[in-house]
Amino acid sequence: MNEWLDLAVALLILSNFMLVNTSRLMSCIRIVAIQAVILSVIALLSHLHALDVRLVVLVIITVALKALVLPQVLKRVTVGTGVERELSPFVGYSLSLMAGGGLLALSFLMSHFLTVPEPGLSRFFLPASLFTIFTGLFIIIARKKAVTQVMGYMAMENGIYAFGVSLAIHEPFIVEISVLLDVFVAVLIMGVAIFHISHEFDHIDTDQLSV
Amino acid sequence: MLLWSLIVIPALAGLFCLLSRSGSLSRFMLPLVSALHFILVVCCWMTYTCPSVPPEWIGLDDAGLLFLSVTSVTFLLTSFYAFGYIRREGRAQTMDMEEGFFFKNSPDAVFVGCLLFFLSTMTLVTVSLHLGLVWVAVEATTLSSTPLIYYHRHHRSLEATWKYLLICSVGIALAMLGNFFVVVAGTGIGEHGVHLSLLSLSEHADKLNPAWLKAAFVLCLVGYGTKIGFSPLHTWMPATYSEAPSMVAALLSGALKACAFLALLRIHQVMTLAGLGATSRSLFMVLGVVSLFTAAVFIVRQTDFKKMLAFSSVEHMGILALGVGVGGTGIFGSMFHMVNHSLTKTLLFLAAGNIVHSYRSRTDLDIRGLIYSLPKTAVLWIIGALAIVGVPPFGTFLSELTILKSMVHAGRFGLAAVYLFLLGVIFAAISASVFPMVFSKRTGDSCSAAASAVTPSEEPLWSVLPLWVMAAAVLVLGFYMPPFLSDIFHGIAVSLGGL
Amino acid sequence: MNHPPYIHVAVSLAAAPFLFGVINKVKAGFAGRKGPPLFQMYYDIVKLMRKGAVYSRTTTEMFRLSPLVSVAVGILAVMTVPLGQTESLISFHGDIFLLAYLFGMARFTTVLAAMDTGSAFEGMGASREVQFSMLAEPAFLVGLAALSLLTGESSVAGILSALRNGTGTATGHVVIPICVASLFIVLLAENSRIPVDDPNTHLELTMIHEVMVLDHGGMDLGFIHYGSALKLWVFASIIARILVPVKMSSPMLDAALATASLLAVTVAVGVVESTMARLRMLRVPQLLTGATILSLVALIIAMR
Repeated sequence: MNEWLDLAVALLILSNFMLVNTSRLMSCIRIVAIQAVILSVIALLSHLHALDVRLVVLVIITVALKALVLPQVLKRVTVGTGVERELSPFVGYSLSLMAGGGLLALSFLMSHFLTVPEPGLSRFFLPASLFTIFTGLFIIIARKKAVTQVMGYMAMENGIYAFGVSLAIHEPFIVEISVLLDVFVAVLIMGVAIFHISHEFDHIDTDQLSV
Repeated sequence: MLLWSLIVIPALAGLFCLLSRSGSLSRFMLPLVSALHFILVVCCWMTYTCPSVPPEWIGLDDAGLLFLSVTSVTFLLTSFYAFGYIRREGRAQTMDMEEGFFFKNSPDAVFVGCLLFFLSTMTLVTVSLHLGLVWVAVEATTLSSTPLIYYHRHHRSLEATWKYLLICSVGIALAMLGNFFVVVAGTGIGEHGVHLSLLSLSEHADKLNPAWLKAAFVLCLVGYGTKIGFSPLHTWMPATYSEAPSMVAALLSGALKACAFLALLRIHQVMTLAGLGATSRSLFMVLGVVSLFTAAVFIVRQTDFKKMLAFSSVEHMGILALGVGVGGTGIFGSMFHMVNHSLTKTLLFLAAGNIVHSYRSRTDLDIRGLIYSLPKTAVLWIIGALAIVGVPPFGTFLSELTILKSMVHAGRFGLAAVYLFLLGVIFAAISASVFPMVFSKRTGDSCSAAASAVTPSEEPLWSVLPLWVMAAAVLVLGFYMPPFLSDIFHGIAVSLGGL
Repeated sequence: MNHPPYIHVAVSLAAAPFLFGVINKVKAGFAGRKGPPLFQMYYDIVKLMRKGAVYSRTTTEMFRLSPLVSVAVGILAVMTVPLGQTESLISFHGDIFLLAYLFGMARFTTVLAAMDTGSAFEGMGASREVQFSMLAEPAFLVGLAALSLLTGESSVAGILSALRNGTGTATGHVVIPICVASLFIVLLAENSRIPVDDPNTHLELTMIHEVMVLDHGGMDLGFIHYGSALKLWVFASIIARILVPVKMSSPMLDAALATASLLAVTVAVGVVESTMARLRMLRVPQLLTGATILSLVALIIAMR
């Protein structure tokens, strides 16, 4: 069982690299959705010894939101803007991959200093979730398109959610709900903003917003 | 009950505005609700006793009450201004002052509705005693203030809105991670671990895992610091403040920053109780100095006076952080300074709004002879500028002096020297920008066409009266501090381990 | 324990060119053609061996040396890598580096020979070859290092037999698939297969490896072909051995399984070649960096 958990965490890490390396917006959306599914699997696997209804419900809601609803919303936005791919990001794709390698090393280094009090967890879990957060941050910085930046934001949220659901689950409900609520509202508002941007500018490059 | 009505009434009123879609109705709603809010806050003061055992979720303590009052006062005064402002700007098509295209504004009902939501969420920040709830509330302030920034519907304000939304959301997400870290730090204590309420955290503070708690504090510092606008995280501020309507900028700067600062103080409180106060204080000091330095660098030769005010906000947030970081009487000074800054900065942004409306420009070179064209605003602008740079008769002088004194007292002479030097630079830069705006001859040779076209224009009562109130308040605070205020400053300082 | 390692070296040396035949058959099958015979590579090599070489007056000894080096390297490499479940002929601590840099040396001489001709096209090919191998080499080395860390061995044969004995921890289930993916990409890159390079292209502008050997002829070209066949053999047999780490009861079954797994890897190469389009030159570094990242992930996971 632990091996499956390890495998899922490794998949999480790899999905981040794919996200960093993908220029097609549709593929990005798909990767982030898959990431959400992987996260939910991790959450379930790491609490397999003490599974309760609350966690299962939470995971189901997460999957429904992050893997079905949000990608659908974003896909519609993307189709509406008529942009297919991020052509000239601030940081090129090969360089992004290398930066991803660096970030991975950084997150392993950081998790070296923190001991995880949860025994059932994969050893790679903390670095993997930190790495997901870093990847999201990196994408926000390194990409120009508003949609891609939202993807980065969602990846970051995924990492935070992974961390929370595996380590902070014993805290009352509000914390997890707030994560979901945050993604939901932020993406809806950001989606509206992207609509406005594409309407106002005929493109969604955020670096050309300034005149 | 009182607290719940403080939160619920503005929210319901906001919902009503959004649903009614009636501009005029919403306009009247704004001062009405904020006055009601203010009255309720006064009731809070009447019935207030510092709780020995704070409630788990929502309650008032010294810090909460202080920040709640600042929010309420700022909002009340701004709402009178906003009432007139919305009626004047309204639905008319306006010509953009920089590029000359026409744009529309948001519908009044939406704008007012969001303003009221904003008030409600800020109230929630001040009264929540649970780190998770604080987080939810701060996030809610971001979401409710985003449409406010996009009041003028054109591409520059859209860019500012996007920057604000993205940067603040990222920051706030990191603060969420910080909250999770706090939970992890408390795992394994007691039966179910420690909950995120201040009550539970302070009970078990000494048993929290220090490594996780330190990491949590850093994350929260980055997260809420984005909202506050500490220096490397301030990048959304100049654009947002200069593109948003002036009263929104006033609220963001005067009320919202204070609220975000309160969120940070809550975590600092936990750190202090856990015996890690030294770590958090040194981090505060580093951010404070960096913010002061950045502000000093960017404020010099800043030609957009709203951006100048934005950087001045960075500066003052740095001063607050320095006060908290030095500790002792510094915390007292810091809280006092927060009150002064909120009043002064709101005053300045509203005055800037008057100037921008009359001159259709944000460049200080275009604005000459303010004293001739807008005499009342000009006087207020000068008073505000003098207060913000900390000239003696004003409250800001006293509070900045208190912080300086605490530095000397703590033996940090190097820090005090840097602080004084940077304040001096900012003093010079703001004066060099403000005084020519007011006193230069209107028909001077450096005048551009825009400036010479301005004739003395009327200044309606709503656009100056709230400003006079604020100016008077800052002035009075420089001479006399009411005992209830000094008591509450004292209480906060004690709870944060100072004095 | 079973037949001596000489036999497998002999078999490898004899059977290496056969793999090209298999790949070409698979590609032909996908295209609906009959394709060249399975032993076409042998015919080619024999034909070339019978011909004399023509040397340009501008070339130096380097030009003649490089084909010999690539064959010698190929033979040495075959000796370090076990086939099926046998032991390898040469094995010592740290021979993974020997393996990696043997190919490095072959590439170095090939590049020098290409530059030696003074042809602009060959120089261009050399530059591309160096650029891509610069990215493929860390992927290969780091991948092997991850496996070495996983098993605690530092020789190719040691790593492979440790994997067979199942000394790999639970981490192995994560590390091995990632390593295999990375090594497979390296195989495609190092042996100039699609999607990195197209061995059949005849347009100098798009060639990488093939353009460097345009000026070689006769026996030299035969050597080069044979050297590249050995190289493919080495990579394919490493991957096959990682994928199928089982030992059967009898040597005959072992040999059959080894052949089958080797053929499977070869067919996989053929399938990739038939189904994928060649990447644009600009995208190739991205693929290879991806392989490096995969290896790095494997290494980090193995390290914990």
